[in-house]
Amino acid sequence: MSVATVDLADRASSGKHSPFRRALGIGLILGVVAVYGATVGILPLMDARWIIVNVVSLGDTALIAIGLGAGAMVAARTRSSEFWPLVPPSLVAGGVAGGLLALLALAMQAFPLRQIFIALSPSLLKSLTFGLGAPLGGAVLIVVGALLAVLGAALTRAPEGLRKPVTVGLAFVIVFGVFQELIQIMMQSGGAIDALRQSIYTWEGLTLEGALMIFVLASGATFVWTAWLRGPARERLIHLSPAQRRYAKAVRVALFILVLVLLPVVAGSYIGQVMMLVGLYILMGMGLNLEVGLAGLLDLGFVAFFAVGAYTTAILTADSPHALASYTAIPSLSYWAAMPIAVLASIVVGVLFGIPVLGVRGDYLAVATMGLGEIVRVVVQSDMAAPLLGGAQGILQIPKPRIGGYELADPVQLFYLTLAASAIAAYFAWRLENSRLGRAWMAVRDDEDVAQALGINLVKVKLLAYGLGAAFAGLAGSIFAVMLTSVYPSSFQLLVSINVLALIIVGGMGSLPGVMVGAMALVGLPELLREFGEFRFLLYGAALIIMMRVRPEGLWPSATRRRELRDEAGESVLDEPEEAAALARRRVSDVQKTEL
Amino acid sequence: MSEVATGRTLFPKLSSLARFTFVDVVLWALRIGVVMVVVGGSVGTLIQGRYGAVQWFEFLVFGVTIGSVYALVALGYTMVYGVLRLINFAHGDIMMTGAFAGYFVAAPLAETGFLDRSPVSAMLAIFAVAVATSTIIALLTERLAYRPFRKARGLAPLICAIGVSFFLEQTFRGAFGAGVRAYPDPKWQKGAISFFGFGVPILQIMVVAAALVSMAILYLIVQRTRMGTAMRAVSEDADAAALMGIDVDRVVVFTFALGGAMAGIAGVCYAFVFKQVYFYMGFTPGIKAFGAAVLGGIGSVPGAMLGGLFLGVVESVGPALFLDGIGVTAPYQLRDLIAFTLLIMVLIFRPYGILGERMAKKRA
Repeated sequence: MSVATVDLADRASSGKHSPFRRALGIGLILGVVAVYGATVGILPLMDARWIIVNVVSLGDTALIAIGLGAGAMVAARTRSSEFWPLVPPSLVAGGVAGGLLALLALAMQAFPLRQIFIALSPSLLKSLTFGLGAPLGGAVLIVVGALLAVLGAALTRAPEGLRKPVTVGLAFVIVFGVFQELIQIMMQSGGAIDALRQSIYTWEGLTLEGALMIFVLASGATFVWTAWLRGPARERLIHLSPAQRRYAKAVRVALFILVLVLLPVVAGSYIGQVMMLVGLYILMGMGLNLEVGLAGLLDLGFVAFFAVGAYTTAILTADSPHALASYTAIPSLSYWAAMPIAVLASIVVGVLFGIPVLGVRGDYLAVATMGLGEIVRVVVQSDMAAPLLGGAQGILQIPKPRIGGYELADPVQLFYLTLAASAIAAYFAWRLENSRLGRAWMAVRDDEDVAQALGINLVKVKLLAYGLGAAFAGLAGSIFAVMLTSVYPSSFQLLVSINVLALIIVGGMGSLPGVMVGAMALVGLPELLREFGEFRFLLYGAALIIMMRVRPEGLWPSATRRRELRDEAGESVLDEPEEAAALARRRVSDVQKTEL
Repeated sequence: MSEVATGRTLFPKLSSLARFTFVDVVLWALRIGVVMVVVGGSVGTLIQGRYGAVQWFEFLVFGVTIGSVYALVALGYTMVYGVLRLINFAHGDIMMTGAFAGYFVAAPLAETGFLDRSPVSAMLAIFAVAVATSTIIALLTERLAYRPFRKARGLAPLICAIGVSFFLEQTFRGAFGAGVRAYPDPKWQKGAISFFGFGVPILQIMVVAAALVSMAILYLIVQRTRMGTAMRAVSEDADAAALMGIDVDRVVVFTFALGGAMAGIAGVCYAFVFKQVYFYMGFTPGIKAFGAAVLGGIGSVPGAMLGGLFLGVVESVGPALFLDGIGVTAPYQLRDLIAFTLLIMVLIFRPYGILGERMAKKRA
């Protein structure tokens, strides 16, 4: 065993970072998170939503989670597997986190903070201090925080047979509480299911009995699974032959597709609309993925292609004075004729967009493309282009697509259009990724000069990236136009580009399943939690920072990307003492294992 | 492709005409188009004579005013880029935080009448709070978001910076509301002093003076102090500077503090000029100021000042001079178009700027 690594582990985990200092740090971080949530207005908003009606609100749940999390983090950062040594630092961490909130409550009572911070309302003060007033309520906050932290630590150190069922049960209750609107709509089909819905839900959230029932069922099922079923299941999985495994995978994919196709029918038009929006962002994500993920061209003007697709569709099909049909001899086209033209127009714009920035690299490219995107928006919005594009009012009355005599008017029907488009696009994206062109893109991403030296035609390859990426966005824009039946410039702001960028980063750059995961997390989730919609951009900002710091390869990375990023980040990761300690600890335990 | 990659000169040698590609055609069309709009528009406007000398002077003064604000913001970009080779995407939003902090001092001061009674001390108080706030926020972003990427290559730092920008904007939106708040409008700012028979509003003189004073102080700090020397050394070559015993971390922190302070002053000035604050206000001036920094040669402090002024004047004079002459309706809506076009032209054709330093050539 190397002396150096042990020394490193000891120094990093005990010397400078005594357990209490670490606990203090954890408490401070979590306390700041809680105070931040209150000041920005997320906490008050969460307080308005019940998880269990008249018992626990979503805000309470978040604060309880922070308390439990303090203990869990203390436990995770401590090596010993015993519980009792964890109690004092957990008390400190939870107490400090509660203490910061108590300070906020005190400040709110002492000063008229609301004149500056609009979210710090008296009702927030009341709910923070349990209606007891700041000094007493603050003391209660500290005590509750400390106790919750101990509970969290205890839960982390509890045997698996207890920990898993409890956490899974709680998670189920929270999910059923948070998504209650959605689940209630889905359960409203009548008959026995509807009766079940009425027994566990009121219109505002779960009843106490319902929550208990869900908890018992979920934790019971988990207990049975971990205790008796999981072992044999794993055993069988290991002994599957490769052919059987492929078969199992095909069944899983087929099931997934079946759920995807059937869900909007079962769940109604609202879910259909959300899923369609997710589908549009998946389309755009796949396009930007070609540019950023594969070719390494950070394009912040991506929304321009989306706009081109939407506006081309509008001009060609709309029943409005801005449509080509109304002032030229070109007849008004059907959607099916306009869509390919829109995609083609996006490709042309993509290539034209790419030519001037061919020689611009890296950070400058991001700013240059953003400038190009903004130029497109400013021009479309201006009175100069208003006779052609309708200015700020946009172009209205775009007809819905028709198949035969049948109009695709419902969001669910449009969802199937999006799904079909996404499926075709995904096939193209997948083929492109593994093509000669895809490999050329990756070579350009990794090193432009070397790629050129190896005979890759940079101009051709880069312009293809812009053009093909734009094609995806144009297709999405075209569907977007018929979804809204109107287009206006305010739909095509830089936010859309950032949104798409955020989703491919959260999902994992250069990874197709990652795009889907990212779109569901960043577009679907905020859409489902409607009242938190205004905080979605906060979520995007935080997601970009946190993903880059914690998991730069994304939630569902492509295999190559994961390898590269780990190598690249290798040296910088070690700058963090905490991580260095963790790494050293891991090394030590590896060494110990091999010795045993 | 090599001439594309290394940034092209305005007039390629005749021998390269043999390799004139489609890409070159488009780029030349772009150059000629911009020149034609500029020349044609100017001639058209001047022949029509729609604007008198007073109006041109007003455009110019407004351009210098807004340009000096851009210059202050551009300094933050250029200094941070110099030491870290990072585009601090959130710098415009740091300016916004300064404007907000100034608002929360200025509004009560205006309400009590103090801002009207003793303008100097009131303005100093507003500037002080704004500078303190944006400096602290600049330092926090450096510590929490940028330091972990000190040695990272690739797109990660830039993406993180975009995240910081959004995070700051949305935090302020959540904490202070999404609405636009009116900045106080004291009477003395409306008065005018006459220069060569043209009236110049005191507000604009104040903004230019504040900008000039802070830039002079900054220039002295960068040129004369030990820390400034260290900054220039790190900007030249961070590794060599570290070997010479310079604490690079301290220099980076100092750079962010200086940039934040400049952004705070810029924020208050910008808010007084446009009389409003809102959470998204930092974005557009931030991007424009970045363009100004590149225009002046990124990494160069005097370049950022010149670039900012140039951009401000072009943007202010441009709509009337270039666009009115070619018959564009409502040319003032296209002010941002001129600024962004300038930004893109600079990034494409002269990425090393006017006072270009060599290093940008390697990067861009």
